Amino acid sequence: MKKRKTTIEILKYVSLPVFIIILWEFAAVKGWITPYTLPAPSKIFRTLITSIENLSLFKNILASVIRVFTGFLLAAFAAIFIGIFISLSKNFEIVTRFVLQVLKPIPPIAWIPIAIVWFGIGEPSKIFIIFMGAFFPIFVNVVDGIKQIDKRFVEVSKVFEIPNLKFIRKVVIPGALPSIMSGLRVGLGTAWICVVAAEMIAATNGIGYMLMDGRQLSQPDVVILAMLVVGVIGKLMDDVLGIIERKIVYW
Amino acid sequence: MSGKLEINNLNKYFGDKSRKLGVLNDINLEIHEGEFVTILGKSGCGKSTLLRIIAGLETNYEGTVLLDGELIKKPSLDKGIVFQDHRLFPWLTVEENIGYGVPDKQKNKNDLVQDFIELVGLKNFEKSLPSQLSGGMAQRTAIARALVNKPKVLLLDEPFGALDAMTRINMQEEILKIWKREKTTIVLVTHDIEEAVYLGDRAVVLSSRPGKIKEICNVDISRPRDRVSDQFVLKKRKIYYDFFDEVEVPFTYAI
Repeated sequence: MKKRKTTIEILKYVSLPVFIIILWEFAAVKGWITPYTLPAPSKIFRTLITSIENLSLFKNILASVIRVFTGFLLAAFAAIFIGIFISLSKNFEIVTRFVLQVLKPIPPIAWIPIAIVWFGIGEPSKIFIIFMGAFFPIFVNVVDGIKQIDKRFVEVSKVFEIPNLKFIRKVVIPGALPSIMSGLRVGLGTAWICVVAAEMIAATNGIGYMLMDGRQLSQPDVVILAMLVVGVIGKLMDDVLGIIERKIVYW
Repeated sequence: MSGKLEINNLNKYFGDKSRKLGVLNDINLEIHEGEFVTILGKSGCGKSTLLRIIAGLETNYEGTVLLDGELIKKPSLDKGIVFQDHRLFPWLTVEENIGYGVPDKQKNKNDLVQDFIELVGLKNFEKSLPSQLSGGMAQRTAIARALVNKPKVLLLDEPFGALDAMTRINMQEEILKIWKREKTTIVLVTHDIEEAVYLGDRAVVLSSRPGKIKEICNVDISRPRDRVSDQFVLKKRKIYYDFFDEVEVPFTYAI
């Protein structure tokens, strides 16, 4: 009985994507859409095979993914560290409040001109953009996660005269972990969006570069392929984080 | 001398004195070493506030509260407390929760924790998470956690309030068993008249708003007590009528 249920669920899951592809191919074959406005799935598929065969796809994906993880990990460490500090020290929070609140609404993409001036058009400027994109979602969730830790747990810790470091390790961090994990998922998402945008400005490899290159060479199939790859990889990254989240927040 | 509590001229208000929303009024009470005292009152009568003051969790009041002659100013390991909600950390197992309050440098920490796990009857559940425990089991874990550091006084704030009637009776037996073994001074707050009389050497009855000591009932019935014996019922009845005399008398039917 259970197996049948899962098969039906799988069928439901793939039904819409498959339907869209069939409709799309049909429209292309019928001439309702032109190869320039929207290439057929079959064409895109062929482009995909080519880019796999000449390894360009893997190289581009790898370049983008490395950039994302570098920027993301830096942002995660900074956001968690600063977030904990701010939550535990009232003075530090008040002193930094204005600067952080003003920086927060600035879209990561707006940092691109400054990044290029400061860091040139190489890797560091792209990592910087990704960092700026991932930092605030993670940071906001760290602070919020700590703030919503039940005061009742704090009382218990006072009764047991728990030293500060032990309190942070055993109560604050696990208590805030669900919030932190969801902040990390959002942060990774924005990091991925930022890498593509940063590459579209100035890069020689990566998915964003592949997209811009396709546009410059009037290859809409490459452009759409790049978009799909961005979407699929973004989804896979989120899936992986979801699995990690379930392991870490085991309660 | 270990575990003697003295409460002198305790008064507590919410808001400023001019508005005088009295919470506790003129509480004077002495609790002896090793005594089991129950504090009985309706919801909102200030009994939980009184317990929190003894625990050192509330410090805004007039009067003095002394543990073994020293002023109580803040929470400490000396004053173990069990709340109505178990407050176990969801990410720690039973043994980790119990061991939470034990200083890491304590020798034989594992044996100590294991001893208390067995004392509260949770052997085989050492590695369970709180989400896997029933209400009674979680409270027993909380009690073990409060006791493991051998506090001078154990404070319980309606610890069995969230449990069903049968579990509650079981837990009452458990706490008596623990008391017999550990001989700690115990102060237990409850709204259940039977619980107050069954457990306490003395039952302190608080009136409501503001909380004042209405009477201190000396429950001089030998243990183990019989809940349906004449002596027991007599004590209960006396308190019952004390209680309900300050409320509108429930209508009686004249037949």
